[in-house]
Amino acid sequence: MNIHIKNGRLIDPLNKIDARQDVYIVDKRIAAIGNAPQGFVAQQVIDANGLIVMPGLVDVAARLREPGYEYKATLESEMDAAMAGGVTSLSCPPDTDPPLDEPGLVEMLKHRARLLNQARVFPVGALTYGLKGAELTEMIELTEAGCKAFSQADALLTDTRVLLRAMQYAATFGYRVWLRPQDAFLAKDGVAHDGEVSTRLGLPAIPVVAETIALATMLQLARETGVKLHVCRISSAEGVEMVRAAKRQGLAVTCDVSVNHVHLSEMDIGFFDANCHLTPPLRSQRDKAALRAGLLDGTIDAICSNHSPVDEDAKQLPFAEAESGATGMELLLPLVLKWAEQDDVPMLDALARITINPAQLLGVKMGHLSIGAHADVCVFDPTTTWKVEPAALKSQGKNTPFNGHTMQGRVRHTIVEGHVAFSI
Amino acid sequence: MNNPQLNKNGELQHLLSTEGLPVRILRNILDKATEFVNVAEGREIKKVPLLHGKSVFNIFFENSTRTRTTFEIAAKRLSADVVNLNIGSSSTSKGETLLDTVDNLCAMHADMFIVRHSSSGAAHLIAQHVAPEIHVINAGDGRHAHPTQALLDMFTIRHYKKEFHNLRVAIVGDVLHSRVARSQIHALTTLGVPEVRVVAPKTLLPTQVEKLGVRVFHDMKQGLKDVDVVMMLRLQNERMQGALLPSAQEYFKYYGLTQERLAQAKSDAIVMHPGPMNRGVEIDSSVADGSQSVILPQVTFGIAVRMAVMSILAGTK
Repeated sequence: MNIHIKNGRLIDPLNKIDARQDVYIVDKRIAAIGNAPQGFVAQQVIDANGLIVMPGLVDVAARLREPGYEYKATLESEMDAAMAGGVTSLSCPPDTDPPLDEPGLVEMLKHRARLLNQARVFPVGALTYGLKGAELTEMIELTEAGCKAFSQADALLTDTRVLLRAMQYAATFGYRVWLRPQDAFLAKDGVAHDGEVSTRLGLPAIPVVAETIALATMLQLARETGVKLHVCRISSAEGVEMVRAAKRQGLAVTCDVSVNHVHLSEMDIGFFDANCHLTPPLRSQRDKAALRAGLLDGTIDAICSNHSPVDEDAKQLPFAEAESGATGMELLLPLVLKWAEQDDVPMLDALARITINPAQLLGVKMGHLSIGAHADVCVFDPTTTWKVEPAALKSQGKNTPFNGHTMQGRVRHTIVEGHVAFSI
Repeated sequence: MNNPQLNKNGELQHLLSTEGLPVRILRNILDKATEFVNVAEGREIKKVPLLHGKSVFNIFFENSTRTRTTFEIAAKRLSADVVNLNIGSSSTSKGETLLDTVDNLCAMHADMFIVRHSSSGAAHLIAQHVAPEIHVINAGDGRHAHPTQALLDMFTIRHYKKEFHNLRVAIVGDVLHSRVARSQIHALTTLGVPEVRVVAPKTLLPTQVEKLGVRVFHDMKQGLKDVDVVMMLRLQNERMQGALLPSAQEYFKYYGLTQERLAQAKSDAIVMHPGPMNRGVEIDSSVADGSQSVILPQVTFGIAVRMAVMSILAGTK
């Protein structure tokens, strides 16, 4: 379909464009920016006057809960959420049931997602069978099935020899390894940051050293093996500093943070708000400030939603027993805009964290609007405000620490591969 | 953030924690308890009709004999109908959720819940869930709070020491896992005790415990020096398995309260323990049974304090 998006403010971080420019889509691709290509006849015109036109968001951590956890969410519900959030590409962690450790499962997931014709799904395969941390998965087969990286999700790998070999094997073929740094022993039974709030509320705690010790191990093994290491969901000031130092030393390491951690700290737990039971735990105000500093100086490459829909019953429990996680794809863009405003981040830099940067982490060609690129576009209204409440969310998971908060910025159109998949 | 324990008029709606309670409410509970001590001691019939016709549900998701019994006695002395449920052995093991259990009991027209649960925040969750005319008393949630224990401790201290503003109090033992210690610290600091100490090895103290307003001591003798009140905490046997301590013997050797160590405190210092005691682990028998021990009066006062809390809550509309 030929689409003309006119009168909008185009922001494309890769091409460093922030200007009033029209976008022309011809047959699934970006055909022109600025002036219409010769002979262009629009079949659909989107008037983006007062709106911002940007590449579709790329979210590196969005749990779709299929297969296995359909009572929490389904592909249908979460794809709707992705569209409402302007997310046109997402990668899902392998912690499904069964985990994504077999090519057949990955193919099935990709096939089901393709039928829905909404966001592109780039699965992250399991690094070890059943995420058990003992045997390597068939990474070549999984890659051929569509996996873009390999991960343990939140199933922590305790055997460092397995970790070394997994990295060596992945490095042989140039595969990416995505790991969340957390020492399983130090984090055992913990549900909150080891600090002032866990002490006051008597919650079993996860110390910062649980992150830094695991991170030190990963960084050393990455140096040893030459693997492309991506550090997932960094949460502490010390962790940020270690990644910064590693980058400075020339190590090929990248890093992401969950948008929840950019805005929240342990203080938000208040009186046991189970919506703030997240993985990794919300840490101190000082850690939050360090995460923001890490975003500003490029230590942290991307911001993700860490979308984890949880069914309501699993949250209606005492804090420690409640399942961790928050729904997030529909909040990613407004929360990134809020961060940009609070920290005076230019829009080009802010939006790079949810477009081109995560696309590069995945090694996919999305996240920008160059001529010839896939026509994945998000058109949003930067001024509209809306209240976060269950009825306002498409995701089957209604659990979010931002429940009741007012968000500024609402997606108006989401275009995937040249078709308008969402409009309000 | 609104304190979930208080209603719009600043009255006590639930008793979930001693944290954030205004000093007037703490004093009111202690004053009311004094009246009930007098009732118990002055009369043949120990009952008053303040909770007549009310249903009090003791819902204990974790075992307890002493706390449940004293709540039961307190409720009965106030003429309430008391129902005891040991949920640990009934519905949740059949898969019913905590709030489903509570909903069912609400449908039986409960007026007050007394809740014990192994998970921190359980009483808060229930308090947020129930209808506004129902009151919740936290009888211990995980490591978080045990407010009636702390209040009976405050009552005991006031009984023997009269005032709070001139005291030095030491809390000794496993603060990390202790809901009693957290509630004691908040109550003591709110009532104006100028120096609250915690004494324990580093493995038994939570991170940044000093932010609760306490001085930290690792040496027992220094920690007890010139204190007016020694509050011992129970040491659970499972702490040895978690690599928190090498042995009960070594713990007693360094942190056990003996007559010799107690001699560091003021000569009129009182010794308290929330029970049940491990003699020879955290406290020596000669101290537990000695002249400075007020451990048994604590239990007696516990009933009056719980009566006070229940009657105040029943009077909150």
